[in-house]
Amino acid sequence: MGIDLKTVKHISKLSRISLDDKKAKKLEADLNSIFSFIEKLNELNTENIEPLTSIAETTLQLRKDEIKIKNIRDQILKNSPEKNKDFFVVPKVVD
Amino acid sequence: MSDIIDLTLVELVSKIKEKKISSKEIISAYVERCEKSKKLNTFITTDFENALIKANEFDKNPNYEKKLPGIPLAVKDLFCTKNLRTTAGSKILSNFIPTYESTVTENLWNEGSILLGKLNCDEFAMGSSNETSFYGKVQSPVGKNLVPGGSSGGSASALAGRLTPATIGTDTGGSIRQPASFTGTVGLKPTYGSCSRYGIVAFASSLDQAGPMTNDVKDCALLFEVMSSYDKKDSTSVNFKRSNYLKNLNSSIKGKKIGIPKEYRVNDMPKIIEDLWQKGINIIKDAGAKIVDISLPNTKYALPAYYIVAPAEASSNLARYDGVKYGFRSKGTNLIDMYEKTRSEGFGNEVKRRIMIGTYVLSSGYYDAYYLKAQKVRKLIKNDFDEVYKKVDAILTPSTPSSAFAIGEKTDDPVSMYLNDIFTVPINLAGLPAISIPSGHDPKGHPLGLQIIGKAFDEQNIFNIAYFMEQQINFKSKIKDWWI
Repeated sequence: MGIDLKTVKHISKLSRISLDDKKAKKLEADLNSIFSFIEKLNELNTENIEPLTSIAETTLQLRKDEIKIKNIRDQILKNSPEKNKDFFVVPKVVD
Repeated sequence: MSDIIDLTLVELVSKIKEKKISSKEIISAYVERCEKSKKLNTFITTDFENALIKANEFDKNPNYEKKLPGIPLAVKDLFCTKNLRTTAGSKILSNFIPTYESTVTENLWNEGSILLGKLNCDEFAMGSSNETSFYGKVQSPVGKNLVPGGSSGGSASALAGRLTPATIGTDTGGSIRQPASFTGTVGLKPTYGSCSRYGIVAFASSLDQAGPMTNDVKDCALLFEVMSSYDKKDSTSVNFKRSNYLKNLNSSIKGKKIGIPKEYRVNDMPKIIEDLWQKGINIIKDAGAKIVDISLPNTKYALPAYYIVAPAEASSNLARYDGVKYGFRSKGTNLIDMYEKTRSEGFGNEVKRRIMIGTYVLSSGYYDAYYLKAQKVRKLIKNDFDEVYKKVDAILTPSTPSSAFAIGEKTDDPVSMYLNDIFTVPINLAGLPAISIPSGHDPKGHPLGLQIIGKAFDEQNIFNIAYFMEQQINFKSKIKDWWI
């Protein structure tokens, strides 16, 4: 099964990664070569096989939702590319 | 001071405990060598000044009860270090200062170790040659213009170049064992659930494991002992009895059954790799262990399944990089445009390629055909191992299908790059432990490794086998300091 340029552009939209035409063309070639390699799995009949969702055989541990680290708001905000007082700033979303 | 850098981790620990050497002497020797080794491009961020301050503090008030007293360590830049920049080799995290410490590095510092700096790696640990880092390619100390392997390439290079007495990496599909093999060092991918994933920049969460990279097996046992812990902050951390791996190291392998899987004898395997494998088999036979021919029939499906599972999980894990709360941001005309430009400019080509693969295989209409199928194949691969472990104690294979290649040799063909991990990927899919030990050189003098795969949580057993083989092989590094 081939992946065409239109599909590449659709995946780029879903991935929120902008692509120019040159990059999209290159990716089309790369993805086709990778997927032709992946298609090898179709040789294998997996009809009655249970999928392996987690390698850890224990059930996931639950813990109490407790605050352990306090008063780090300023440190966290420091990592933000754009902030205003106590808020993260993003481009305008409502008019 | 040149003798300090020739000591193993275990030797350094005893020297410091015997008060024959101070932490400051050790750290000064390493800092001096790191300063002269910039050509290797192993460090993304150094923390030498702090390291020297901490060494002085240690010497003033030493605690010899610790397992790594006053010992410097550089770590892969995938581990979050509190108040010290953590980049994962990516532009998108170029100014990220974590507010917390990863559990694994916390364990190192709690045992008295001192951070030297953060080591280069493939971007988000995606790569097998350390050529995808935003911070530049890493040179191998083995030879000029040779890749150190990846993704823990900076770690392997720093260790083999003696810029750190030991280091830690992460292994999602071979990222510890392949660079260890390429640089003539020891690398362990522990059982999934042994080392906490808390605070490690996530790539593929069901496969990622942190592990030690060291000069010999004793060092590896010691470092694993320190790193491994049960951690409530990682919901897949496993609460099993962790032992004193170094103290319990035992090189008798008599009576053990070692499996040789026929499917690893791949077509066009270079003769040098086949000979290396045979050398390993002979060593085991001569020691009175039993060689058992085994079959892992689904081996050839491991790599294709991996290239569905790993990118799928990566595309989901990397969705968090949106340029809002931390990291790099590009300007956009609106919110969506800002996201798209941030991710397009912030991620490198290999990372974008994998996000796209992952997004595609998880997208509507394709989930069953790809992701579900790959999870079923993963089950078959795990069943293969479960079946053979009824008959054998461990499995011996080569670590890689070739020795290190030249920088730029495989960058244009992603599939040929992926094939590097053909012997290591199945082990991650099955969640098992495996160690790579240096076992020989090719005619060019480039190191080659053998891999010992164990049962889940049976690290002691593979340490013991590796320890025995190491003594028999008596590998000697041929690295000359070409970069100094």
